[in-house]
Amino acid sequence: MAKRRDRNFLGPSGTSLGLGEFWALTLAGFTLFFAVWAGVAASGWLPPNLLPSPAAVWDTLVRLWHQPFAGHVYAEHLTASIGRFLMGWALAVGIGIPLGLLMGWYRLLDEIVTPLFDAMRFVAPLAWVPLAALWFGTGIGGPLLIIFVGAFAPCVISAYRGARLVETRLVEAAQTLGASSRQIMTHVLIPGALPSIIAGLRVSAGLGWQSLVGSELIVVGAGLGYLMVQGQGNLNTSVVIAGMIGIGVVGFAIDVVLRAIEAAFRKRWGQA
Amino acid sequence: MSEIVFEGVTRRFPLPKGGDFLAIDRIDLTIEEKEFVAIVGPSGCGKTTLMRMAAGLDFPTDGRVLVGGKEVKGPGPERAVVFQQFALLPWKTVRENIGFGLMCKGTPKAEAEAAIARYVDLMGLTGHEDSFPHQLSGGMQQRVAIARAYVMQPAALLMDEPFGALDAQTRIVMQEELVRLARRNPRTVIFITHAVDEAIYLADRVVVMGRKPGRIIETIDIRPLREDGGWEALPIEEVMDTPDFTHMRSRIWKLLKAREQERPAVPAPTPAPVPAK
Repeated sequence: MAKRRDRNFLGPSGTSLGLGEFWALTLAGFTLFFAVWAGVAASGWLPPNLLPSPAAVWDTLVRLWHQPFAGHVYAEHLTASIGRFLMGWALAVGIGIPLGLLMGWYRLLDEIVTPLFDAMRFVAPLAWVPLAALWFGTGIGGPLLIIFVGAFAPCVISAYRGARLVETRLVEAAQTLGASSRQIMTHVLIPGALPSIIAGLRVSAGLGWQSLVGSELIVVGAGLGYLMVQGQGNLNTSVVIAGMIGIGVVGFAIDVVLRAIEAAFRKRWGQA
Repeated sequence: MSEIVFEGVTRRFPLPKGGDFLAIDRIDLTIEEKEFVAIVGPSGCGKTTLMRMAAGLDFPTDGRVLVGGKEVKGPGPERAVVFQQFALLPWKTVRENIGFGLMCKGTPKAEAEAAIARYVDLMGLTGHEDSFPHQLSGGMQQRVAIARAYVMQPAALLMDEPFGALDAQTRIVMQEELVRLARRNPRTVIFITHAVDEAIYLADRVVVMGRKPGRIIETIDIRPLREDGGWEALPIEEVMDTPDFTHMRSRIWKLLKAREQERPAVPAPTPAPVPAK
């Protein structure tokens, strides 16, 4: 996960670090990581087909960009994964957020759903792979179910918490002004829960994206996970690592975008 | 018809450890149409609960609350509420907050805009129409809340310590403005406060409440004082300096104090509930 830029870093002297220092340290961390990696790879302790050097991985990435591997070039695997993720995530958001809001509003629904939900969310997304394959096959349905399972819980929880945290007096004020249940939902509960919902979207996108590889273990066709499984099958470690890099970069990008949206909302409503 | 009638109203709150707490004990009170009644009393005397029952946000354990002859079954726009903590929707602008009730009612846009503009002007909010609540001071936020209530043309206005969260100077300005607004747009008003000055200055009648259990100690008509003293023509600080005003203030304070010291004594005699008509 990315470090927050606005976090208060305490230096040894007790003063917080400026932005320049923050980025310098971030760069130092990455440099150290790649230096150790390159050093270990160059030392010859491990055979190059198990631990390729960073340069070899980079070469592989460039090559995958032009030459199809496992049937497709890298960009096609990437877009296949992103498209699959977006569908599964949209499904989780579209069902999870309304369910969470309703649970926050109707006590009865809360009491019916919550225990069930608490029990189910301990079954990790990967544990759904066999069931997903049996039910929906390895086409589009199976992978979607797995991404959905990964992203669903944070959607429900964040919408539920958000709705419960909306101050009672705001709901009461709306009621005394003649708002119907539906108007209270759209004008009070949803906007009031929005900061929590957006925070939940960020978590759910992260978990959904992480479930992607699991879902693509059962995919025949295209995708970063599929690329990695094929790389493993061919004993091609560089391809596996190249797939991991793609997953990391896209996941990071999703987080940055959602974080920006979150910040924009907070600014507009004064930390509402 | 919009008089508010409390008929033998009792409210008990269940306690977490079992049993219950008697918050309000058999209150009978009638607030006439277009009358401004202030209810004063110490914390815990049930004055806010009384107002919430008129608003339909709380319900009596025994007895009835009638507004305009009809028993209160829930909240509604004909009984507008102004809350102590303003309760503005933080994600809506001043204009949207004031217009919220009109929107819920489905008032045509042009008509709603005109009504909003009128109250923006009346409450001195011009230039802030597109601000969000968090960009305004407490006093300005409460102006928005009052405008939001008045714009509904409610039969009754229920105010729960509306100036309680404001600083002293802002409070005085708001008290004067509320008097001005109330004269222009007379409504049936219940005004909850623990500030005795504010109650005498604003109200036609002051209801003094005591606690444990919450009950009415005395109801005092202020109108003769106001009319004889010509308060309407005077600024607030001069009104508060007149002998009539200071006498009334000490009279109410004594009432409140006497009841506090009396506890725990024999429960005050409360009038028998008026049978339903």
